[in-house]
Order: sequence, then C-alpha cells, then structure tokens
Amino acid sequence: MTKTISEINKKIRQGKAVVFNAEEIIHVVEEEGLKKAAQMVDVVTTGTFGPMCSSSAIINTGHSKPKIKMQKAWLNNVEAYCGLAAVDLIIGATQLSEDDIENKIFPGRFSYGGGHVIEDLIAGKDVHLKAIAYGTDCYPRKEIETMVNLNTLNQAYLFNPRNAYQNYAVGVNMHSNRTIYTYMGMLQPNANNANYCTSGQISPLINDPYYKVIGIGTKIFLGGAQGFIAWQGTQHNPMQKRAETGVPISASGTIAVIGDMKQMSPEWIRGTSVTGYGTSLTVGIGVPIPILDEETLKYTAIKDEEIIAQIFDYSEDSPQGKGGSLGEVNYKELKSGKIFFNNKEIVTSCMCSYAKALEIANMLKESIQKGEFELTEAVGKIPSVDSGLIVKPLLERK
Amino acid sequence: MITRTIVLNFPKNLTKEPVTYRLVKDYDLMFNILKAKIKQDEQGMLVIQLKGKEKNMELGMEYLTSIGIIWENLSQGIKWDDRKCIHCSACTSVCPSKALDVDRKTMYVNFDNEKCIACELCLSACSFKAITLDI
Repeated sequence: MTKTISEINKKIRQGKAVVFNAEEIIHVVEEEGLKKAAQMVDVVTTGTFGPMCSSSAIINTGHSKPKIKMQKAWLNNVEAYCGLAAVDLIIGATQLSEDDIENKIFPGRFSYGGGHVIEDLIAGKDVHLKAIAYGTDCYPRKEIETMVNLNTLNQAYLFNPRNAYQNYAVGVNMHSNRTIYTYMGMLQPNANNANYCTSGQISPLINDPYYKVIGIGTKIFLGGAQGFIAWQGTQHNPMQKRAETGVPISASGTIAVIGDMKQMSPEWIRGTSVTGYGTSLTVGIGVPIPILDEETLKYTAIKDEEIIAQIFDYSEDSPQGKGGSLGEVNYKELKSGKIFFNNKEIVTSCMCSYAKALEIANMLKESIQKGEFELTEAVGKIPSVDSGLIVKPLLERK
Repeated sequence: MITRTIVLNFPKNLTKEPVTYRLVKDYDLMFNILKAKIKQDEQGMLVIQLKGKEKNMELGMEYLTSIGIIWENLSQGIKWDDRKCIHCSACTSVCPSKALDVDRKTMYVNFDNEKCIACELCLSACSFKAITLDI
C-alpha cells in the first residue's frame, strides 16, 4: 500500500495525521513491523542542531538619501560582501570582526563574527552599519554610518549553501605532545579524546539516505520558522561508500537551505565561537519525511548502532589532505561517551546537540499534528547515487 | 568529616601569610591545592580543597575572614548558563572531574558544582560562552 503527499496533507488538515519523531519510530517499527507501521504512520520528523559554517544572511538595507552604492560594508565591524546591487549585502558566518586578534595569541577565542551578527539581527537587536563607496552620478554618497535592525531591513533571509551534512567524520589528534584546536573542537594529544558531529539516527539526510522524498522545494523547519531546501549543498557527495542500510559511511550528502530571518528565533540560530578555529553559525533544521510506503519507513527506522563513521586524524592527515580512515565506529558507541581506539578506551564528545535536535523534531511533529505545517512535494531532485557526482579536490595549475 | 572547595583571594598585604599552614596546624584540616595564582599587582588567588571536622572547618573559615581574606565556595567561580548551553557536550570530554557530564539517556549536559575543580579547560571547549569564570 502506498500513500501520496496530498493524502497525508488531507489528514494533517483534519488533525488526524500520525506523526512520530525519528527516535520514536524505531520502537514503533520494532513493535508493529514494517508493513503495519507503514499503513499507520504518516510522517516521521527529523532534526539537527550544530555548527554549520557555510551559512549566510542576505539583506537589503533600503536606500539612504542621498543614495549610496555600497562598495565595502561592515555590520558591527564584521565585513559583509556587497558586490551586488547598491544596498544588497551578504554576511557570512565565519567572517571575523575587523579587530579580532585571530590566532595571534593562540588559541584565539573568536568572540564575535558573522554568525553572531546573524544571531543579533534575528534577536531584533540594533546592528551598526558602516559602508563606503567611490560615488557615481546615480549614487553620489561616499560613506554612511547608521544603525539597522530586522524591522528596518527590507529583506533579511538566511541562505546557507551547505547545511545538514549526511554523516560526518570523527576527529582525533594523533600528535604526541600538543592539544590541537580544530573545527571538531579541542583534541588532546595521543588520541586521548574523539569528537563527532551529527545527530545520527534523527539526522535529516540519514533518514532519507537516497534523497527519495527530500528534494528541492521541500518545506522544512529552519531556525524556528518555516524554510525550504533550495538546492543540493556545496560539496554534496552522493557517491560516498554506503553501508547495507543505504546510509553513507562518512560525510556525503548536503543541502542548501533558505528561509525568512524575520520569522526565526535566536534560540535556533546561534553565533558560535570555536576556539582556535573561528566563528560559525549553529543552525537548527528539522525535515519532515512523508511515509509513502514501507521503503521510506524502513529508512527512517535506522538506529545509531547501524550508522558508521570514520575516525580521522586532525593533527596531520586531515589538514594535509592525506591519509585515510584510522578506524570505524558507530553512533551508539560514540554516544555512550567512550570508544575503544588505538588500543585504549578514550572519551567522546559531540560538537552538535542531540538533545536540541530531538526538541526540533518534536516541535516539527507538534506543528504537523496541529495542522500548522503541511508537507510539500519536492519540485526537483537532489542528485543521488545514479548521478555520478563526485567531490573533486582543487588541483593547482598555472 | 566534611569536604569543602573554596577560592581564597589574598589582598596584597596578606600574600606572605602562611594560611595553609595555619589551617593544618590550628584547625586540623587536610588540604589539596587545586590552583594558585599571583596576579601582577601581587594579589593572590588560591583554590583549595579542605577536609576535616565540621566544627574545625567552621573555625578555619572564621580565621580566614578574621585576617581579611575574601573567600567563597568554588561553585561560585565557574558558572554554567543553561540558557546559553546548546547541550552539545564538547566540554564534557575535557572535564577531568566529570563536573560537566551528559545524561546518556536524554543527551542533555549538566553541571555539578561540587565536582568542579576550576581547571578552566571547559572555557575554551565551549563555543557558546555558556561557561564563564567569575573569581
């Protein structure tokens, strides 16, 4: 028996849709079996909440009198890109404040950057805008300094080119005498700890491993509001090796997402300061998976112990772009807080939040149950295993 | 026997006072120095764990106050802000005393003041300024 998204939406409108989060569905399938559960369940909700560096805000400030065509611009002293129309700006999550000391006193703390500007805007705070220009007949003004906030901006939307990685690496430090500070956190020498970064069994793309129901145009939870999947994400890598479950054994698929900042909440979009690395943006994303048949349900019933990740060295191998996996581990082991690696037991930490990701999946579940969130049919496909799409390294040439 | 972990702040004129010796000799308190720091202006800071009889502990604390040392319980040093914490657990594997730990069932992070030894490793592990030092 198969269902269609419009049949599911009809049930959502009637307040009769049967919805579970991606953790609950594991037990539902275990108890009811795939066949019965597929008939019963309409939607499974997923979630993720973690640092996603490839995130940005696009804003339009409105025209000043006289007009200016911004050539260089700063928001709270963080440079925004303005090589677009006169008063359109893009601010990226990892752009640092101009007076940041970076890693000059190592490790730098990176207390304020683009991610924090985005959070401050969403929180409704006043943000200082400064811009300079060369001046033209049509845009005579050469400089401006003023305050702006979310209400004064014409448009402010997140456009994140790469979010919600489908699986990710586990980082260790094989160096013998120095703690390293990476985007995977603080890694102590001699592989004394291991850090990972995914919500595993409730992570959006892990629950639809071949992107069969998730696609371009899919309506999602983004930063506390409704957003959309806009495109495949940058570095989208569907040809990554997969386990029997269909789930890639390391970092693979990604999505680009878009959504209105004016509807978002600073609780679910957080400026992030990663010691020794830089700033980022922690983004909350939840994706609903319509249960159309037994196959779509089977993928959502994936468990942490069935999802495999690869352990990589971040002291030498990863930065130098060499070497390979040092070992495999599953997410049940990683979430226990201890794994066995390099002939010893080592502690683990996660860089993203499983607890908050589950809160997102539950919020999405609740809004679907209340009839506030209907599902959308994807209007375009995200390249899958039949695409042959691979991620290429940068080959330097003259 | 009770155990207490406290932060002592020595004004400049008291940095030469043998405070730990007095606590041992006069009040029979066992001590374990967790951290000691002398600031540029010669003010001193000492984080110390004390163990002894309740009455002696009380008298020892009275002695500290009487000579002009400003002291407070260590739990008031490291502060964890639940509202800023995203419960990622990045801090928990660098925390040597398991003061910051994860409830493995729910995966929420929690902070136990009593276990904290103010080593400050968590400060650089947190990306959300949820942990601050206030000594």
